[in-house]
Amino acid sequence: MNEQTLTQPRGTVALFATCLVDLFRPSVGFASAQLLEQAGYAVDVPEAQTCCGQPAYNSGDRKHAKAIAKQVIESFRGYDYVVVPSGSCGGTITTHYPDLLRDEASWAQAARELAGRTWELTRFLVEVAHVEISGVQLDGVTTYHDSCAGLRELGIRTQPRQLLAGVEGLELREMADTDVCCGFGGTFCVKYPEISERLVSDKVSNIEATRADLVLAGDLGCLFNIAGRLKRMDKPVRAYHIAEVLAGTARTVTAIGEGEA
Amino acid sequence: MESRAHLFKPSAREALDNPDLQQALRRVQAGFVGKRKALVDQFPDFEGLRDRGRAIKDHTLAHLDVYLEQFEARVTEAGGQVHWAETQQEAQQIVVDICRQVSARMVTKGKTMAGEEVQLNEALDAAGVETVETDLGEYIIQLAKEPPSHIIAPAIHKTRQQITDLFNEHHHGTFNDTLREVPDLVNEARGILREKFLSADVGITGANCLVAETGSMFLVTNEGNGDLTHSLPRVHVAIAGIEKLVPTLDDASTVLRLLARSATGQEMTAYTTMVTGPRREADTDGPDAFHVVLIDNGRTRMLGGRFREMLRCIRCGACMNHCPVYAAIGGHAYGWVYPGPMGSVLTPMIVGLDKTRDLPNACTLNGRCQSVCPVRIPLPDLLRDLREAQYDENLTGKPTRYGLGIWAWFALRPRLYAALARVGVGLLGRLGRRRGRFRRLPLASAWTAGRDLPAPQGPTFQAAWRNRRREESR
Repeated sequence: MNEQTLTQPRGTVALFATCLVDLFRPSVGFASAQLLEQAGYAVDVPEAQTCCGQPAYNSGDRKHAKAIAKQVIESFRGYDYVVVPSGSCGGTITTHYPDLLRDEASWAQAARELAGRTWELTRFLVEVAHVEISGVQLDGVTTYHDSCAGLRELGIRTQPRQLLAGVEGLELREMADTDVCCGFGGTFCVKYPEISERLVSDKVSNIEATRADLVLAGDLGCLFNIAGRLKRMDKPVRAYHIAEVLAGTARTVTAIGEGEA
Repeated sequence: MESRAHLFKPSAREALDNPDLQQALRRVQAGFVGKRKALVDQFPDFEGLRDRGRAIKDHTLAHLDVYLEQFEARVTEAGGQVHWAETQQEAQQIVVDICRQVSARMVTKGKTMAGEEVQLNEALDAAGVETVETDLGEYIIQLAKEPPSHIIAPAIHKTRQQITDLFNEHHHGTFNDTLREVPDLVNEARGILREKFLSADVGITGANCLVAETGSMFLVTNEGNGDLTHSLPRVHVAIAGIEKLVPTLDDASTVLRLLARSATGQEMTAYTTMVTGPRREADTDGPDAFHVVLIDNGRTRMLGGRFREMLRCIRCGACMNHCPVYAAIGGHAYGWVYPGPMGSVLTPMIVGLDKTRDLPNACTLNGRCQSVCPVRIPLPDLLRDLREAQYDENLTGKPTRYGLGIWAWFALRPRLYAALARVGVGLLGRLGRRRGRFRRLPLASAWTAGRDLPAPQGPTFQAAWRNRRREESR
């Protein structure tokens, strides 16, 4: 792979880091960029990105959601690909922007064009970059949570598993109800905290039942929810974004919610 | 029943703390979900069948006027009568009048969600007519004086111990709390209901499907109570929403194939009955009179708007069986007759947006409901559309509105946003770096009530990225 980075890049990729990665966990952004660069792409992080607008969109605030969607469309023009380390934000751009802007013909067209270039990270690595993970080692047992938007809006299920199979020393042990929501749901988790807590507790029980050392997922929202609950219940299971494992940085970066000590 | 949907939050909290309910709810997902999946996987082309179901329903809804007239004409030809009820009150009046005309003293009832919707039992009670629910689940909740908590399994929230206690109290006047076996309970209910079947003057049922080309209706049950309810009394009254219509018998078979698999994970329910008109001369049994009460109750309003797709619903309950929120709180917390995802769309449409503010919001938009809906109703999209309608009608809470406004103002000013993010994240990062998380944080109590909040790693990704790029180019 390294040879390719020295020659002509395979194309330009704009990384849409997502607001959670930007604010809380830059290591996911760096891991994503590393994976894309290793695959031979020239990576850029457009400065004008803040959020995909999902909080407004899912709260019924169409006006602000539209304005943010237009901002994203503008700032991601011209790149060959837009890659997002999140099924949720990726789904917003690919499936919801065109619908959100359907009444404004030129914007709708631009939204569809952007959707055509936008990929969730693991899917891009498997289906566009044809990456085969090698030379990455992580000893232990992991389980994988399928985040809902990635799974059902974008059909992502096999891609992360295929990539994880290339990590040496890592065993993937599936949990029960891997396709059931962890209870995050964006603003849901703070609007209905008791219900959300029940859902994430069920998720944690399923994770625990696998006796895995790690839980991975492709969405930081779900991971914060799951890791936050694991920590609250003093469970030793460590949570990482899949990009951190695939890029080999999980060995040097502390797990989500873990301190330096 | 009167809607209690405005009490969603306290009801949900109560439900989460109710150990009996939680015990009962654990069975829902385990039973229904697994059985459905086994049959769907076995079916050669279930996705194709879902497409057909959607197409049939969409076509019927687009030409509902034609098919409703056709249906009425065929029912009349077969010797029956169709009644049109625009509102709950009209529906109640029509049924009460039919009962009065035949001086009915006792009515047996099969399970009907349309009947629940228009509060039929309450109206019959007020008119002095005794009603007995004959579906076992409905019978149990009638004794308990509770509304159904599931559209297919109305007493799913009851444990065997609770049912034992109810039967002991109502059938024997005792409070012996020794847990009784299921066959024992079923046989006891069966014995009591048999007498009721034989002495009823009017039988009221729902209808799972109405067929325009023949004027027929389908009734599916697993207990056979529907058949005894419609065929033994002198008068049969079927009550159904206008969306239950399909053009042909062939279409009905598609709907029934979808229904049984999606609802209970059966290829076919134990009893599937087609009823066309009252008893004919050569028939050995059947009622003397056959009435169909077709209910609008807000449906034509939905037909003309963005929520039309909801009218495809065939009332299978798969959406609630697969809903993690329903699994956590059960059906009663939703506050009206239709719980779960389908109820969270329907209830605001029928009861009103302002009285049901929580329903469209109490959903994580995880989409599992849509992925199993036999007629492909985009439930998460419809729930989001309802949130939008709430926002437009100023029904969204002020904190949410203002919060969104402020957040969006910054999100639309990337430079300012980045500057603010740097400051905020820097502060939080310094505070939380050692421990890596917060157990408590001002303004984040809703999050930290049940889980820790991971602390930011350090500078924002944007800042760190630009830093690194600068260093690389040096």
